[in-house]
Amino acid sequence: MLHEYGNIGILAIIALIFPAGAVVTSWAMTFMGMRPKVFQDPVKKDTYECGVRTEGESLVQFNFRFYYIALLFVLFDVEIIFLFPWALEMAKLGWRAYFEGLGFVGILSLGILYAWRKRALEWR
Amino acid sequence: MPLPILATNNWYDFRDLSNFSRLILENLDKILPHGIVYVVAVLLGFVASFLIFVLPSQLIVGVYGERKLIGRIQSRYGPNRVGPFGLLQPIADAVKLMQKESLMPLRGDVIVMNIAPLIFVAPCVLLFAVIPFGPRMIIGNIPSALIYFIAVSGLPVLAAFMAGWGSDNKYSLFGAMRIVAMSISYEVPLVLALLGVVLFTGTLSLQGMVFWQRDLNIWIAFAQPLSFAIYFIAVGAELNRTPTDIAEAESEIVAGYLTEYSGMKWGLFYGMDIGYALAASAFAATVFLGGWSFFGLDKWVPPWLIIVTKTQLFYMIFIWTRGTLPRLRVDQLMAFAWKFMLPIAIANLFVLATERMMWVRAFDADLKFVWVFVPINLLFTAGVVFAWARFLGYRPENTPRKARLVNQAGGFIPLGGAKGETRP
Repeated sequence: MLHEYGNIGILAIIALIFPAGAVVTSWAMTFMGMRPKVFQDPVKKDTYECGVRTEGESLVQFNFRFYYIALLFVLFDVEIIFLFPWALEMAKLGWRAYFEGLGFVGILSLGILYAWRKRALEWR
Repeated sequence: MPLPILATNNWYDFRDLSNFSRLILENLDKILPHGIVYVVAVLLGFVASFLIFVLPSQLIVGVYGERKLIGRIQSRYGPNRVGPFGLLQPIADAVKLMQKESLMPLRGDVIVMNIAPLIFVAPCVLLFAVIPFGPRMIIGNIPSALIYFIAVSGLPVLAAFMAGWGSDNKYSLFGAMRIVAMSISYEVPLVLALLGVVLFTGTLSLQGMVFWQRDLNIWIAFAQPLSFAIYFIAVGAELNRTPTDIAEAESEIVAGYLTEYSGMKWGLFYGMDIGYALAASAFAATVFLGGWSFFGLDKWVPPWLIIVTKTQLFYMIFIWTRGTLPRLRVDQLMAFAWKFMLPIAIANLFVLATERMMWVRAFDADLKFVWVFVPINLLFTAGVVFAWARFLGYRPENTPRKARLVNQAGGFIPLGGAKGETRP
């Protein structure tokens, strides 16, 4: 059993070498005369902003709704991690496990109803 | 391990390629130390899955087929210059991307920007480790493969956010924020749909799910149509395919998190978008469409050929939606995830759990009775989708059947053109 995880570990190393190889090959082509030399130019290396000079910082304000979405996601993702063992064993544990699991989902569904009622899901 | 599916264990029986790789490994084991043979086994699996699956899918279906099909959908020819029928276009693209100058903006974060493509590509290779290509053709046959797949498929979002943050560009940052928000929104209904599958199959191993579907002669897509529909829509949103590609919408934010990338690093992002779509298609083919089994046909046709065919046919549906649907707005997408998909996914979970309990208690866990649930679930799917859409304000009878003028529809016409009066 454990050597199957070892296979994935070895594959992880291959998976990192594979894209690095592509980037390094592309970089090495400069020295083989198959890729033009890069001209350093401050205008060319400037941040892209529709053709005009960049104004101000790039770390601008963004919509605060992203914060609500992240909170709701944490709520449901933790719920789902608890539900996977329940889903595997529910049939063996009987009706009590069934009502407990679905009660848990029901209580968390009240959470999303509250967020909906408080207009946390409106995007404006 | 003798399997009833396979006729022989001989190396020339290409219905199961693991026979051939075992021949190589057994001979290598006689001359090399065991540790090196262990690494070679994984390399062999990587090369084999690359040759039979990723390379033809990525180059022919992914790059060439997608552009050609979308071209035909939009009444153009698509690539037709390089090679016969333009078949060498993907290779020409790869050579061009390798030769292109790789720009690095002066204000960008050099380390984060350079690491992001590597972190974006690596999970895609790792996802294929748990996809079964045949009864014994699987790189890592781990018992918690479903959780592994969900966890690893969450990593590229991190890489996309790194790319957007490290570029130090306003559009990149907006694109990165959007991709994170959309991925985590659609992750919730997607995993709830997969929870329903786990309820029925009672295993987290993808190989176990294929065997379950093969033993019962049913696909989970039939037994749980709503789970399948939710999976398809949610995974399409997570992959940033065109109906939902708000993270790189070029009419709003130039290219999203890819704005500052060029050359091979951009090529890795572009190529792996297709790679993730193929991984999601292979996962859907495995979990919902029976994997390498096809109602007994897998005795005669190589199983790896069946799953490659299923994956590519599923990927065609992605191309079709991409070619025909217009892009949605960010508020529409968020509302769809939280107000439509999540409630019906929870209702689906309730119904499936009840059916599972009925199955165990009333039908004494007789596996034949899964067919009882097929019509019930089909009716439930149609009913809940229609009822919830009505509840949220969908009124098909109010949709006008024929074209109307703007002022008849209650619209605003400037320059005094109201009351049906025509202007020269």
